[in-house]
Amino acid sequence: MHAPVPPRPEPLVRIDRVSKTFGAHRAVDGVSLDLEAGSFLCLLGPSGCGKSTLLRLLAGFESPEAGRILIDGADVTGLPPHRRPVNMMFQSYALFPHMSVGRNVAYGLQGLGLGRTAIAERVADLLRLVRLEGLSERRPDRLSGGQRQRVALARALAREPRVLLLDEPLGALDRGLREETQGELRALQRRLATTFVVVTHDPAEAMTLADRIAVMDRGRLVQAGSAADLYERPESRFVAGLLGDVNLIEGRLGGGRPDGRATLETGFGALVAGAPEAALGPGEPVVAAIRPERVALLAGPGEGLQGTVTDAVFLGDRIRRQVRMRDGTLIRAASPVSADPGAGPGTEVRLAIPPEAVRVLAP
Amino acid sequence: MTEARPKPAAARGPRLLAALVRLPPLLWLGAFFLVPFAITLKISLSEPATAMPPYLPVLDWQGGLEGWTSFLEALHFGNYEMLASDALYRDAALSSLLLALSATGLLACIGTPLAYAMARAPARLQPLLVALLVVPFWTSFLIRVYAWIAILKPEGLLNAALLRIGLIREPLELLNTQAAVMIGLVYAYLPFMVLPLYAVTSRIDPSLREAASDLGASPTRIFWTVTLPLSLPGLVAGMLLCFIPMVGEFIIPDLLGGSDTLMLGRVLWSEFFSNRDWPLASAVAILLLVILVGPVVLFREAETRRGEAAR
Repeated sequence: MHAPVPPRPEPLVRIDRVSKTFGAHRAVDGVSLDLEAGSFLCLLGPSGCGKSTLLRLLAGFESPEAGRILIDGADVTGLPPHRRPVNMMFQSYALFPHMSVGRNVAYGLQGLGLGRTAIAERVADLLRLVRLEGLSERRPDRLSGGQRQRVALARALAREPRVLLLDEPLGALDRGLREETQGELRALQRRLATTFVVVTHDPAEAMTLADRIAVMDRGRLVQAGSAADLYERPESRFVAGLLGDVNLIEGRLGGGRPDGRATLETGFGALVAGAPEAALGPGEPVVAAIRPERVALLAGPGEGLQGTVTDAVFLGDRIRRQVRMRDGTLIRAASPVSADPGAGPGTEVRLAIPPEAVRVLAP
Repeated sequence: MTEARPKPAAARGPRLLAALVRLPPLLWLGAFFLVPFAITLKISLSEPATAMPPYLPVLDWQGGLEGWTSFLEALHFGNYEMLASDALYRDAALSSLLLALSATGLLACIGTPLAYAMARAPARLQPLLVALLVVPFWTSFLIRVYAWIAILKPEGLLNAALLRIGLIREPLELLNTQAAVMIGLVYAYLPFMVLPLYAVTSRIDPSLREAASDLGASPTRIFWTVTLPLSLPGLVAGMLLCFIPMVGEFIIPDLLGGSDTLMLGRVLWSEFFSNRDWPLASAVAILLLVILVGPVVLFREAETRRGEAAR
């Protein structure tokens, strides 16, 4: 038996068709995912989608029924957590309440064969890294939520893991602090060039933090890619609706066009769409996903999709309008304030939607 | 506040009520602890007598001031001098302490893994496990200790089983030995060790053990650095709950121990009922109390510390 030649350099982490069930519940269902060294991946999905279980499988707290997990090419599927080159920051932080901040951070450094002074220096470095100098002697219960979060981060980084796993790292912080910490976390990841895997249920947080987002739903990996990929080219209705606002318009796929584009028959007229991704044939029911900011409003009568503005909301950086089409379908259109067509409620408008902005998806 | 203002009348009502609520427990303590303690203390300073009650002096309530002075003059520390000079009592006290200490140590060694196993069992099994630990209490303590006689005696269940499987040729001399007392103590007091330990251990956040494991700690290191320190309050409570009553234990050494098992509880009993020397027996009771004040203070302190840590 000879191994096939890998098409590109071996990924740092390879999750290979991993499944995990709890009783009758399939928490993780045949997930495969590769992770490049130095990348920042976000596992995104609603609660119960299996993202935390996948993280726990990576850490070694759960073992999969099927599939393998490789780190640096080595199969770690059967290894207990304390033998894996990964560390985890827990959602509850899980700081040892009977130890000082310094001893919490030093915990992972004991047993590595480091001398006492080397450990003390490393702890001081780590506390400086997370801006907690001088709090080494404090007990965790005497710290604020933000400080506890940073102790947990320093402790998880102490052993210089190949992969740092973070389970809802900002979930327990209030909003202002969360936004500030998102920036810090991102800067820290760039500086250390450590691979980060973050679990979150907040799409905005995923987009802010990660290079790559893996969307999960009901145990399955639905789509993985950059924030722009997922936003511009969602492969399912679920992903389209998860990130940002989207118009989902139901219709039937028309015949193909010579230029490779598809037409979409809707209740309010024909839409020209980009080439459908999935193997969808003419006449099949489909759904078109269109971002509001890609819908342009043209004033006055003429050719095109006719509608009436029913609502206009000023949102500071843009104006969002709702347009009622002739069959009653409501479409949201957002225009930047600088290029506003100035159409108030009751105005007749025409919609102009570029074909590449119309994603044809399975319903 | 620099000025003392008269309290509004409304505040005085609840204050009075609070005092009234506090009164019954104080009366209870006075009637059932303080008064009997004073009587015991007084008897321990008296002289045995063939009379009813079997000690002297007895306060003459009609004697006035003179009655009181003669009464007080008759009291003396002779019984305590006796306790100090006679090796029997010193040995009984020492052997009681030693037996209670070693049984407490054994209970900690057995109870700790038991409590941890219970705390880590599946959540739906835990009530059942607690019930299994507690249900034997529904049978009389005396009967449960008595059952050990049937198990340990030369022709008892244990010896029969060991003979049957060929592990021994001659029946072992188990009953009426220190070992039998130890077995009885450990058996009877195990729930007092396990329940507080289990209560504390089951409340330890499981993610702490996971975090330790994630940080490279082996299961052994996790036990010593995380689980044990965090369950220490339960362990201390359990040890004191066992140690304190075991020092004065009477039934178990009396039923399972031999003539060489010298414990304060037995000495107390024989002074009261065999020798009818109430004053000396009372002195032994006071001695037992003094021995146990130390651990009780320790226990209180541990409780306070735990309360502070929980805040």
